[in-house]
Order: sequence, then C-alpha cells, then structure tokens
Amino acid sequence: MLLRYRGSEGMLAWAFHRISGVAIWLFVVLHVIDIYLVGGNPEAYNEILAIYASPPGRVGEVLLGGALLYHALNGLRIILMDFWPALTHYHRQLWYASWVIFAAVGIPGAFIILRPIFAQ
Amino acid sequence: MTLWTRSGRPRPQSGGLELAVWYLMRLSGLALFVLALAHFSILHFLFDPAEQTSEFIINERWNSLFWRAFDWLLLQMVLFHSFMGVRTVVLDYARGGLRTLLVTGLYLLAAVLFVLGTIVVMTLPLPGTR
Repeated sequence: MLLRYRGSEGMLAWAFHRISGVAIWLFVVLHVIDIYLVGGNPEAYNEILAIYASPPGRVGEVLLGGALLYHALNGLRIILMDFWPALTHYHRQLWYASWVIFAAVGIPGAFIILRPIFAQ
Repeated sequence: MTLWTRSGRPRPQSGGLELAVWYLMRLSGLALFVLALAHFSILHFLFDPAEQTSEFIINERWNSLFWRAFDWLLLQMVLFHSFMGVRTVVLDYARGGLRTLLVTGLYLLAAVLFVLGTIVVMTLPLPGTR
C-alpha cells in the first residue's frame, strides 16, 4: 500500500491522515462511553473529567485537537482533489497550505487549552 | 489517463455499495469539518474542560434541543466516518477470517456506541422538566 505513493509529501500526508484517523476513532469510542456515564453514573463521569482536566489530560487534548485539525484540513484537501482533479497537480502546495492553517489555528488553540496549567 | 490523488482512497470503479461508501465518506467528512471542529472549539475554547461536570452537561450544555440534536447528528456522522475509515484500514492489512472477524467486530461496536449515545442524549432530563 505504501509503495503505491511516489511523492514523499503525498505519502506522509496519507500516513498522517491514517494515524490521526485511527487516534480520533479511539477517542470517539472512549468519549461516547464517558458521556453515556453522565446519564448512567454521573459521579464516575466526574472522576473521568478530572483526568481530562489534569495537566497530562490537557496535553492529550492538545494532541487530540492536533489530530482532528490535521485530519480535517487534509481531508478537505483530498475532497478538493477528488472533485477537481486538476488541483492534484498542486497537491504539495495544498499540503503546505494546510500546515500554515494548522499552525495559525493550532498554536493559539494549544495555548488556550494549556494555559490553566501555568495559571496556578 | 485518470489523475488520482495521492492521499485519498481512489474512487471505487466497481460501483454499488463501495462507491456509495466512498461518496458518503466525503459527505460525512464535510459535515464533520463543521460539526466536529465546532464541538471541539466550543468545549475547549469557549468553555474549559475543568468546568464540564455531569451537572454542567445536564444544566447548561444539553439544556436545549438544539445542542442535543447537534451532538446527536455529530454522533451519527462520526460513527459512520470513523468506523468506515477504520474498516478501510482493516481491509488494507487483514485478510480472510481475521478480516471478517475484525469488520464484524467494528460493526457491532458501532451499533453499541450508537445505542449508548442515543440513549444518553435522548433520555437525560432537560432542566426544569424533572
């Protein structure tokens, strides 16, 4: 499967998309179960929430947000090229553009999520 | 010559269900671009995770039908997109009986999560209606 791809950026874009997708899937499984507990066992949910809100939990949320943002931007790039094939000639430029947006949105986002760790 | 993208799964030439899944992955992906990023932004940038206790979800986050419908739509889109995505991964790496086992397990887990998520979003009492 990996060998089908010739361009290094194209292959990296694909590998990151797959890794981030599987990571988000794992979190979705966990998240549906923890939200179910809000109805089924609210105290247990509050205990899980304390983990999310702890410093390691916040680092995890930044990683989750990063995976989500990368997967969203690269997914949009894939859709654009699927339905407007001429854009495939610029797949590298589109990938770099997605990283510019990733940094512009992701760095302030990570700052907001991590700020409470340093506020104390 | 057809020009294929280097990152996405090529459009299935077989037609039928696989082609429908291919289109639905893109459609649910677009929906998630809005729904999932909005959900993450609201709950990490507008609110802080530390305040999102069970009480917060019951009394504030899910105090209107709009946000319950929003999150239920997100649940359906994310379950379809993530489980069909992982199915693509399984189809790439597993063969024979293992493939059948893993794909069946994925469908069962997706069905369980759909039921759990639907139960909680629909049965949690709205504030003031208890």
